[in-house]
Amino acid sequence: MSHEFLNLLPVLMPVPPLIAFFLIVLFTNRVRWLSHTIAVLATVICVVFGVILLTEGWHMGSHDLAHHPVGESTLWLPIDGVSHWFKMGGMMDPLTMGMLFFVPIAIFCIVFYSIGYMGYGTSHVDKYYSRFFAFLSLFAAGMFTLVVADNLLLLFVGWEVMGLCSYLLIGFWYDKNYKDPNQITPRQAAVKAFITTRIGDVLMLLGIAYLYTQAGTLSFSEILRNEEMLHQLAAATVPGLGISVAGLIGLLLFAGTVGKSAQFPLHVWLPDAMEGPTPVSAMIHSAAMVSAGVYMVVRMFPLLSAGWHHNGPPTAPMVAMGLIGAFTALFASTIAVAQNDIKRVLAYSTIAQLGYMIAALGVGAFIAAAFHLVTHAFFKALLFLGSGSVIHGMEHGAHHTHDHDTDAQDMMNMGGLKSKMPWTFWTFLIGGMALSGLPLITAGFWSKDEILAESFTAMIHGEGGMGVLGAWVFILLAVSAALTAFYTMRQIGLTFIGKPRTKLAEHAHESTWTMILPLVILAIFAVAAGWLGIPDDFLGIEWGEINTFHHFVGAALIEHPAGVLFNWIPLLTSILVVGLGLYGGYLVYWQRPVEEGAPDPIVERLGPTHEVLKNKYYFDEFYDKYFIEPTKYVAAKIVYEWMDRKIIDGFLHAVGKGTEAVAHRFRQFDTIVINGGVDWLKDRFLDFAQAIRSFQTGKVQEYLWHSLIMAWAFAVLLVLVLSR
Amino acid sequence: MDFILDNLLLLILLSPLFGMVVILLIPGDEKKLIRWTAFLFSLVPLALSLVLWINYDIGVPGFQFEHKATWYAPLNASFHLGVDGISVSMVLLTTILAPLAILASFNIKERVRMYMALFLLLEVGMLGVFMSLDLIVFFLFWEVGLVPMYFLINQWGSDNRRYASIKFILYTMAGSLGLLLAIQVMGLSAGTFSIPVLGEIWPAMEKGILGMSASTVKAVGFWAFTVAFAIKVPIWPFHTWLPDAHTEAPTAGSMILAGVLLKLGAYGFIRLVLPLFPEQAYQAAWIIGLFGMFSVIFGAYASYGQTDFKRLIAYSSVNHMGFVVLGIAVAARVGGSIDAGLAESSVIALNGAVLQMFNHGLSAAALFFLVGVIYERTHTRDLNKYGGLWTVMPAYGGILIFCAMASVGLPGLNGFVSEFMVVRGAWSVYAIYTALAMIGLLLTGAYLLKALRLVLHGSLNQEWKQVTEISVRERLVVYPLMALMLSIGLWPRWVLEVINATVTRLVG
Repeated sequence: MSHEFLNLLPVLMPVPPLIAFFLIVLFTNRVRWLSHTIAVLATVICVVFGVILLTEGWHMGSHDLAHHPVGESTLWLPIDGVSHWFKMGGMMDPLTMGMLFFVPIAIFCIVFYSIGYMGYGTSHVDKYYSRFFAFLSLFAAGMFTLVVADNLLLLFVGWEVMGLCSYLLIGFWYDKNYKDPNQITPRQAAVKAFITTRIGDVLMLLGIAYLYTQAGTLSFSEILRNEEMLHQLAAATVPGLGISVAGLIGLLLFAGTVGKSAQFPLHVWLPDAMEGPTPVSAMIHSAAMVSAGVYMVVRMFPLLSAGWHHNGPPTAPMVAMGLIGAFTALFASTIAVAQNDIKRVLAYSTIAQLGYMIAALGVGAFIAAAFHLVTHAFFKALLFLGSGSVIHGMEHGAHHTHDHDTDAQDMMNMGGLKSKMPWTFWTFLIGGMALSGLPLITAGFWSKDEILAESFTAMIHGEGGMGVLGAWVFILLAVSAALTAFYTMRQIGLTFIGKPRTKLAEHAHESTWTMILPLVILAIFAVAAGWLGIPDDFLGIEWGEINTFHHFVGAALIEHPAGVLFNWIPLLTSILVVGLGLYGGYLVYWQRPVEEGAPDPIVERLGPTHEVLKNKYYFDEFYDKYFIEPTKYVAAKIVYEWMDRKIIDGFLHAVGKGTEAVAHRFRQFDTIVINGGVDWLKDRFLDFAQAIRSFQTGKVQEYLWHSLIMAWAFAVLLVLVLSR
Repeated sequence: MDFILDNLLLLILLSPLFGMVVILLIPGDEKKLIRWTAFLFSLVPLALSLVLWINYDIGVPGFQFEHKATWYAPLNASFHLGVDGISVSMVLLTTILAPLAILASFNIKERVRMYMALFLLLEVGMLGVFMSLDLIVFFLFWEVGLVPMYFLINQWGSDNRRYASIKFILYTMAGSLGLLLAIQVMGLSAGTFSIPVLGEIWPAMEKGILGMSASTVKAVGFWAFTVAFAIKVPIWPFHTWLPDAHTEAPTAGSMILAGVLLKLGAYGFIRLVLPLFPEQAYQAAWIIGLFGMFSVIFGAYASYGQTDFKRLIAYSSVNHMGFVVLGIAVAARVGGSIDAGLAESSVIALNGAVLQMFNHGLSAAALFFLVGVIYERTHTRDLNKYGGLWTVMPAYGGILIFCAMASVGLPGLNGFVSEFMVVRGAWSVYAIYTALAMIGLLLTGAYLLKALRLVLHGSLNQEWKQVTEISVRERLVVYPLMALMLSIGLWPRWVLEVINATVTRLVG
């Protein structure tokens, strides 16, 4: 393979899906089979590109790759003069490799799965089948752009394109209405997602502008691998705010992640994003979108942690990430316990798992965060596609029984699907166990364990606030892990175990092979991906360099981070909390499955707390009342009606009226005094003109007024003569 | 070919005028012939300005393709035309939008001949402003652009057109008055109206006139210019003529109004205020920037508060042009600064401002056109009366989303590039303004998504069941704009190189 082609390959990653998007939109939008063939083919090409790049990167070795990333860039935007340009390009360094490991394959699975999910070849195929594949392709192009970007601006391009795609896809069923007027419709959810994430985006844009101003570049390698620059940014302080420049830039960038990765307090959009078709949820929750938010802070970690040394006092962005991440993890997990919609449970689990990653960065666990990002993408894609398969099966039951009033996504309406949908059940079980972090077997265990181990080390050895931050992260994440295991068992129990509680569940049946195949592929990864990140000294035994992920991705930093030493306490804590959660869930939902018509046992046990959790701590209501409604009021009543219409226009109209009154007086004067003196006036005017002709000043005026009058006269003439 | 190149600007300027004369010779009831004649004649300046674009040499400083004729010798006024990188991009924008607007006007049925004639006259006025290098000529064309627009609104507008057209003309005339007086005073004291010459002597001039000191004269001149241009841009709080004028104007009128006429104001700032009054501009930059920020924020709020589709888009112009003003304020403050970092910021900001002018011209014209497309089918502009139109107009829906996203500033499309540049340039000078302007940027998304949701989404209003998809002619109007938006978003170099060369010389 030629060197030039290889360097070009990262830039080419987004191209096939982008071409697919345009092909489908412009040409094949009426031919369903061609549309999905093009979309799937594009993702296959991306998988191939990814494999080539991964192989090549592997051969180069992490050290070489970190110093000489594979890539190409071009002069994109002139900045100042002729020699100063903004360069745009794509590249692959060890961290990009980590992303390329899961993004193409997950996207392929999702796109392939959509063929079955959107009903190809059946009587209830979606009205806008081709459009769906076009949007998915654009989504994929956005994600690939973000992953291969070699500068923050291009990353932001991919970031926002995904924002658009999630808007389009969440609102895909734009004309859907519900009987309950309080239930959010897809179109409302779409707007909510776009605007909520945009709050973070505009702050991030400021951060980018700030970074560019300070560093004079946005290139990752020029900033993040440049110790001198990082040092300067960390040493300079922002006047008046008392934090370092790097700190403020980091906080602004992190605001983008809070929006994109649905962290508290901007988490509200993600659960409602479930209004989109299920493959979209999988896309948003695993391969793209929310992963992008975490990827960005992982990528920018050297800047966010500029000035920090191992176990030393955390920087401002790290404090923010530790506090918000860990809090979000616990907060979202509690809500997930009380949700009945199969997809909403998963949605809150995503928010919580993203919190894990963010919190990990807060305690400086760069690699652990990246690793959890990878494993999470696999098992969450698996779970979402699995839940889609369940919903599909339930909807089949609805068609069969002509019952379209029963909610096909409500887990209380399910039960006993294990025997009806065995493939879905077993793969879902694997995904659920990975999410819970079932020890030793699943990928989720290894990545979660690493985060807990790192935060424990920070708690014990951290100085100057890092100890407290580590304790906060460790404790909150441990509690959250127990809850995760519990609600996962609840979810699987309610869905698959026991007897069917409705006719829908009774007549549900397994999905087609196009939907099962992706589940199987993802299930394999949901287990096997964890093997890449087993600590070198697991259980205190020297295994050699088995922690491939750590050794490889760690090279992306200037200073390769040392892994934490093995410690039994976090490992045992992890096993204990997961065991407790799983066992609790087993006792309540598996041993005595919920009967038809019986209430969810958790409602009684939690009492009034359940109501609060079910309503997500009333955040939507709060935001609606204190932010959205006031904004609407200010816009329509204050700025438009009061300021523009009443004050400004009112003033103008008053001036107008006043002038008119004066003019009226003049006219009376004219009629009385001059009375038919038009000729007189004309003569005087000509005399006057004659008289002032000798003055230069007069000529300017006359000339200009003439030109004005001529222009007017000409136009009036046009109107009068030709307006028939 | 040599003849064309030697007289290029004159040819561009006069070809629409010639077209107008030809149209006036056609009998009034030959509507089809009139339409096509107008359209074909508007393609001539486009072709010529493409020649101009290709032959414009970015390596040469100063003005190119100059054309100078003695005109009013006693006054020292001359018919002096010429273009630099900023004006050449504006000329291109004008000549691109004019044929598209004429194509969009093919559905005009009453008094077609006069409509088309006025339209071509309007094009002459706009092109003249961008080409003039003499204050008198500048002012002449400034007014020539005003008059046809007044009649377009007044004669072919919708229900409230008389109020809107009067408001438009009085507002702008109020600005023109100051402009005219200032031009006279300047010409008298400097003895020339030539813009390049004035640029050299005027800022350093110490001679007063009419008993006023030089600094007073300059201050008066500066504010007269500033107010006139602020009305045209428009900068908050001089903006209330705009929503009325836009809403009542015929579709093509709004396209040109938003696409080009607003740029005249911003162009005036860059061409006249910055070079002629650098000292005053430096002093007042914070005020200009402040009001630019107000335009961004209040424009966005007011837009969000609308229920009328066209008025919503109209207010979006206030919002978007605010960024242009912010960029100009930065250039006024730190243009030519000895601090290399600040000088770079000013170049980036002004580059962004000029590119934003170009970009807004494309996206606003496209959006106004798209409003016109459904207005023609539904005869309402009330957002609450639409609903679910995507179902009957799938292609239209896609096009509308595309153009709205360009306006939102979605990366990959044109608006993002210029907004980012302005934000980047402004951050180091006016950090607070820039940060607060983000509220406006956030609301830009909110109001455009509100429009999309109410127009396209939801279940189809049964009243519009028979509404037809966007026609071929209508697509031909909007496709070129979309192609330009995408091309600038992906590869901004092709316009920015031309703009950047001049801007760097101006403020770098």
